[in-house]
Amino acid sequence: MTTQAEHRMPTAALPADASGLLPAAEPIRFLDDDGGPAPGDAHGRYQRPATELLRQAYRAMVVGRRFDSQATALTKQGRLAVYPSSRGQEAGEIGAVLALRDTDWLFPTYRDTMALVSRGIDPVEALTLLRGSWHCGYDPTTTRTAPQCTPLATHAPHAVGLAYAARRRGEDTVALALVGDGGTSEGDFHEALNFAAVFHVPVVFLVQNNGYAISVPLSRQTAAPSLAHKGVGYGVRGERVDGNDPVAVLAVLGDAVESARAGGGPVLVEAHTYRVEPHTNADDDTRYRDHDEVEMWKRRDPIARLEAHLRTAGELTDDDVSAAREAAEAFADDVRTRLGEEATGDPADLFAHVYAEPTAQLREQARWLAEELAHEHGAGEAR
Amino acid sequence: MTLTMGKALNAALRDALREDDSVVVFGEDVGPLGGVFRVTDGLTAEFGEERCFDTPLAESGIVGLALGMAMNGFRPVVEMQFDAFAYPAFEQLASHVAKMRNRTRGAVGLPMVIRVPYAGGIGGVEHHSDSSEAYYAHTPGLKVVTPATVADAYSLLREAIADPDPVVFMEAKKLYWSKDETGLPVRTAPFGTAEVRRAGSDATLLAYGPTLPVALQAAEAAAGDGRQLEVIDLRTLVPFDDETVAASVRRTGRCVVVAEASGFASVSAEIAARVQERCFHSLWAPVLRVTGWDIPYPPPVLEKYHLPGVDRVLDTVDRLQWDDAPDSRFLSGAAT
Ligand SMILES: Cc1ncc(C[n+]2csc(CCOP(=O)(O)OP(=O)(O)O)c2C)c(N)n1
Ligand SMILES: [Mg+2]
Repeated sequence: MTTQAEHRMPTAALPADASGLLPAAEPIRFLDDDGGPAPGDAHGRYQRPATELLRQAYRAMVVGRRFDSQATALTKQGRLAVYPSSRGQEAGEIGAVLALRDTDWLFPTYRDTMALVSRGIDPVEALTLLRGSWHCGYDPTTTRTAPQCTPLATHAPHAVGLAYAARRRGEDTVALALVGDGGTSEGDFHEALNFAAVFHVPVVFLVQNNGYAISVPLSRQTAAPSLAHKGVGYGVRGERVDGNDPVAVLAVLGDAVESARAGGGPVLVEAHTYRVEPHTNADDDTRYRDHDEVEMWKRRDPIARLEAHLRTAGELTDDDVSAAREAAEAFADDVRTRLGEEATGDPADLFAHVYAEPTAQLREQARWLAEELAHEHGAGEAR
Repeated sequence: MTLTMGKALNAALRDALREDDSVVVFGEDVGPLGGVFRVTDGLTAEFGEERCFDTPLAESGIVGLALGMAMNGFRPVVEMQFDAFAYPAFEQLASHVAKMRNRTRGAVGLPMVIRVPYAGGIGGVEHHSDSSEAYYAHTPGLKVVTPATVADAYSLLREAIADPDPVVFMEAKKLYWSKDETGLPVRTAPFGTAEVRRAGSDATLLAYGPTLPVALQAAEAAAGDGRQLEVIDLRTLVPFDDETVAASVRRTGRCVVVAEASGFASVSAEIAARVQERCFHSLWAPVLRVTGWDIPYPPPVLEKYHLPGVDRVLDTVDRLQWDDAPDSRFLSGAAT
């Protein structure tokens, strides 16, 4: 680690030409809607990722989707307080995870529990927030995954700070922040982009543009040509990708993460995708969108597209597909079993982690609560 | 007729939109969706996009836009989707909305309402259950209102919209589904008036918003044990009705403040201070408080340990020195 005196602040070289920061006119694609090759040079300068990575992504997406539908089912049984599904967004969820090394950091939102479990976080820990037994159920330090963020875009500056700190400590860590289309309207998103560019920070912002912020469509969120265009004003390179084309998502995110790692500065990636399920299990999406629109997007299914592509290339067999499905069922079984019991919590935890050392007032309040519970317990026994 | 608090709020917005062309409603998901709590349900359909509309997702922008519109002839009523999601707007509220009249020597008033669904008890995950009233009540220039009855929800919201000053209108989420008999339109007591919801002679319970039902249940239970508790609904935190509160406590000689927010540096602390300042010679016991603990709002499975419930209120009433013995909790050395 360098000392303050030795440290030279990395700053952005002013780009000579803003056009280098602008996204391609069309989202990057490798696949057409059916998984066939996208026409012409739709994939721009990007290379098709290695076959093994694509196969790995396929398996993770199959497992991720099954996890997601299991979680939605658990809300119906009252085992989860709420669940925001990422069905249909598997390419972004898995792509973000596979673009990162274990030493990199992910800054997820409430929608990204699929990304958490794909990163290897235990599903019970990952679902702690939505189950309601604590806030963050995993250890961010060991998992290199920040707590899922609900106040929209407020975690974006955190990702910048963490990556900036890594750079100052001489680490080659990259941070990737997940944001929704709605979240790009918040001030913190813009402040994060600006800081990232000014301090030339190795951070990637992945905006999963799924068309809606609850009921509000993208057209009410922005009048910009695309969300990726929001980078240029800050000196951040923007890129657009077909968010339901896993090949393209892996190619673009892999490139963005490695370019940030290599000192190329921050990158803003907009993935065009769609939230197939309602905002959460509690949302009534018939109030704001047509079923036809949902069906149209279901036909651009990222898993089906990748499967078709890999099968055509002779890189995925029937056995591979069955193996992925079996793994998914086993994963869902485990989640179902382990979340089958009612969530519980220890009231002593209320006071334990407010400060490193509880204050005198908190110790006092903890004692009052313990006395109250002991008293109730005693009264219960006596009855 | 019987209606819920949510429906009464909806009716208040509807009637205000109908009667005054300068009223506009906007925020996140308030349009076709009708708000996540459906308080703005049907308003866009009835009054059109010009009168009730969705904005980009940015609370600072929403409140700032409202301020600008209020400076130029409109009466905006904006919705913050949840308590904790109003924090990005705090700069606008504290530095501008609250201070405009003062900074301009009264030349510019801001007739605007910021609706904030607040408080817990609904099993919400983090950032969905904050009791944030103290931040606003501590900011001079903002009025802070919180209805606890269906009729008040209608009447206080109409009054807030008509008020020449900015009003933070705090709606206890768990009361949205509470039901009551009331005709509409209804006019209840104006801002700055607390209401005695249950008369009693032995002690005064002071409550507002989500804790009014708790205080009433406690009073009912206490009556069974022969203790008559007066229950006062504060209704508006700013302006505060010192008179009704002090008159009651002078009569009963004992007082407990019941609030869901953490106690430290809170509205309940302010109330307790005011009561002892005004009623010291009438008090038989210190003013006590039942509040949430001084902790971040807990996750759903633990919230029952945090929220002031009937038992905790009754225990506290028991400690009001009925036999002249000091409260053992606060004897020196009790904390060790
Ligand atoms: C600061 C803030 N304001 C409002 C909300 C309430 N809210 C939760 S999710 C959501 C929509 C977010 O849309 P988007 O960013 O597109 O993400 P998506 O849910 O589509 O993944 C809103 C308004 C919030 N969580 N945080
Ligand atoms: Mg969205």
